[in-house]
Amino acid sequence: MGTSTEKTMNVKLKIWRQEGPSAPGGFEEYSLNGVLVDMSFLEMLDTLNEKLIHEGKRPVEFESDCREGICGTCSLMVQGQAHGPVRGATTCQLYMRAFRDGELITIEPWRAKAFPVLRDLVTDRRAFDRIQMAGGYTGAKTGPHADANAILIPKDIADRAMDAAACIGCGACVAACPNASASLFTSAKVAQLALLPQGHPNRKQRVIRMVDQMDKEGFGSCSNLQECEAACPKKISIQNIAILKQEYFKAAIAADFRAGMASAEGGA
Amino acid sequence: MSIDRIPFSGNLDSGVPAGPLEKKWDSYKSNMKLVNPANKRKYSVIVVGTGLAGASAAASLAELGYQVKAFCTHDSARRAHSIAAQGGINAAKSYPNDGDSVWRLFYDTIKGGDYRAREANVYRLAQNSTSIIDQSVSQGVPFAREYSGELANRSFGGAQVSRTFYARGQTGQQLLLGAYAQLMKEVDKGKVTLFPYREMLDVVMVDHKARGIITRNLNTGEIERHAADAVVLATGGYGRVYFLSTNAMNSNTTAIWRAHKRGALFGNPCYVQIHPTCIPVSGNHQAKLTLMSESLRNDGRVWVPKKKEDCKKNPNDIAEEDRDYYLERKYPSFGNLAPRDISSRAAKEVCDEGRGVGTSGLAVYLDFRDAIKRDGEAAIRERYGNLFDMYHEITNENPYQAPMRIYPAVHYTMGGLWVDYSLQTTLPGLFAAGEANFSDHGANRLGASALMQGLSDGYFVLPYTVTNYLGTHAQELLKKVDTHHAAFEAAEKEVRAGIARILEVGKKGTRTPTEIYRDLGKVVWEKIGMARSESGLKEAIAEIQKLQHDFDTNLKLTGDDKLNKNLETAGRLADFLELAKLMAEDALHRGESCGGHFRVESQTPDGEAQRDDENFAYVAAWEYQGKGQGSKLHKEALAYENVKLSVRSYK
Repeated sequence: MGTSTEKTMNVKLKIWRQEGPSAPGGFEEYSLNGVLVDMSFLEMLDTLNEKLIHEGKRPVEFESDCREGICGTCSLMVQGQAHGPVRGATTCQLYMRAFRDGELITIEPWRAKAFPVLRDLVTDRRAFDRIQMAGGYTGAKTGPHADANAILIPKDIADRAMDAAACIGCGACVAACPNASASLFTSAKVAQLALLPQGHPNRKQRVIRMVDQMDKEGFGSCSNLQECEAACPKKISIQNIAILKQEYFKAAIAADFRAGMASAEGGA
Repeated sequence: MSIDRIPFSGNLDSGVPAGPLEKKWDSYKSNMKLVNPANKRKYSVIVVGTGLAGASAAASLAELGYQVKAFCTHDSARRAHSIAAQGGINAAKSYPNDGDSVWRLFYDTIKGGDYRAREANVYRLAQNSTSIIDQSVSQGVPFAREYSGELANRSFGGAQVSRTFYARGQTGQQLLLGAYAQLMKEVDKGKVTLFPYREMLDVVMVDHKARGIITRNLNTGEIERHAADAVVLATGGYGRVYFLSTNAMNSNTTAIWRAHKRGALFGNPCYVQIHPTCIPVSGNHQAKLTLMSESLRNDGRVWVPKKKEDCKKNPNDIAEEDRDYYLERKYPSFGNLAPRDISSRAAKEVCDEGRGVGTSGLAVYLDFRDAIKRDGEAAIRERYGNLFDMYHEITNENPYQAPMRIYPAVHYTMGGLWVDYSLQTTLPGLFAAGEANFSDHGANRLGASALMQGLSDGYFVLPYTVTNYLGTHAQELLKKVDTHHAAFEAAEKEVRAGIARILEVGKKGTRTPTEIYRDLGKVVWEKIGMARSESGLKEAIAEIQKLQHDFDTNLKLTGDDKLNKNLETAGRLADFLELAKLMAEDALHRGESCGGHFRVESQTPDGEAQRDDENFAYVAAWEYQGKGQGSKLHKEALAYENVKLSVRSYK
């Protein structure tokens, strides 16, 4: 490529190694020379792993799949930041040009009680699936439906729903939050379906169940520190958390109201 | 092999219902066997893969009442590679009132596939397309809209109407999250059991019917047996055989290849789509390539300098009259929206002439200068902002100021397991959906048709055809097979032996899985890529055999049999090596050029693909005959009753 300089750099890596979920872990240091400046960060790790295999050592386990920032699989704390020092990018979209020659780079897994380490830099994020399972859907059945243009949706509403729907479920918001809260993740789905009319029939049930599940999984509470928004590779706005809180409040009041009605009827 | 594969006997019967084209699917549905609602819960169906086809099939079958077991290699079903599809999904809605219809979508797809797809399947796809959009909207998929509140459309290659629905540059993500949401709803209800972190390593046949699978838990290394009454493979394409492709790192051919080795015929393995607009290769360290959506060609103009000496100049300094907008020149009626195979080949041609740009000379320009001048930068940012950002991140160049540099890269495989009209493979009870089957795209797929096919198969075809299968074989299938059956025993033993062999060789050799894999990729790209020749294909076969030997005797692997990504890579590479050989054999036998398959010996005087309908108007379905043995060719003749076979012209 035109700009592809063959410029190289040397780096020192301090990487979290851990055999398995219940084994103790610790940092190990590695040196890697001749790293191309135009290499992606994960290609640099691929190179390290090739070197380790040739040395007869176990490679560093880390996850990645699409390597273009959309699947949400890659998940590294780089220099203490979820997905590293570049804003609005996943770990796989990080390039070595973001680092200095000779820099010591610390790489850790996501740190959260609800995301246990499986091996090295790989964590188990299935808690997100269970939150989604609790109500992250409209409830419509598969099969034929009314014409897609039967319900008109104002463009600005559709765009805002899309902004929220862009969440890739990577967990950076949790990793960045001092409370390890999953509020940004949960709110993105709640807001998307609260904005769109198709999400309205079960919106109250949805928010109550998803928030309950989030608590059950051991995620912390939101205390408006906004670290999640700063770390989010898709720049999901914390306005969604405001929508989540509003939705939850309305749904909880409605539930209390119904419970009150039921007990009043029962007493009559 | 310790267990016999099932030899193929008889003729390849597509099972297309009789009657007029537009009535065939209705006729199938009217005559199919049903399963009564109370009996549905007695059947279980395994669905492997949770991309668009798998997630939509699993959710739909569960809603019908079957017990579904869904398997994916990731931690979550949402991460399947459908997530990365950017541009859009076609549907014959004709909202823009520009002359579209089911017939036209059908016709465009048949023509786009260079007359190598089955008419009835493609017509059904076009019929189902409109329901997909209705249903996705009901799931809360936030498609792009106009200020009127109606859905927006754009154009894709190979079509002269605007029928593509989109959600910014993330259409695949939004459709997959829709299907994933449907799936998780059924998981919550207990109708689907989800098995994440699982890789399917074999299909288990009992009394000539698919009754289960063997999986490996990628975290713990455990080998597991799962029984069911039917098995659906929706495990995607095999583009990663090229090592460098736009496919995700974990995409692989293992599930369909292992099914092939059990007896399922493999259709048209040489039909591969090379996508014209990808970010060019840089250096030797890359693990994958990045696609720039075809939708960019709605506004971007593709060109190279007319003069070789201009190739190293700053593109903005090259005068208008010194630019060759070669797609507009060669294909005036489709211009920059010529189909993918044609656009890719045209890019290769100008680079071969020495007019390629960039340091490698293997790139062409995709220029937005005129569109920005016409519509303003804000409008272009609104349409393609995320794609421009992605380009900027990777190349460190600003595409608002200088044209993008692009080059073709492997993107999609039209070939796959051979299936009949009901999407059943030649193994009874084993179905294949989405990119994993060969069915709807012929020799070239049109843009925005993969999402359409995946969802059509999963939401609107399999719920009927799997039901028909279960209903037809009710008596036999209601006698349950459990995982202690000898067939499970034998399959598991074989899977374990395969893994042990890799680990054993890996202790002694010198070459890592990635090193051998990279070499395989180079051979396949150079010799079974955009231009194929008899001599090149023969060389490819010899070189693949050498790499196979390297793999069998000189592999270097460390780590254990638990979570070990390099062990996963090695296992998948074993299957890619065998598949690559079959691709070369298929490409060698098909002495014509069609769609993505370009044989240099078969071209028109102006360098276009020269089809040979007299000798090759058939689907090549290959039967595995054992390791090291040649494969056996079976043919499904393609009958065109509604469309006249003609020269595919976009001029």
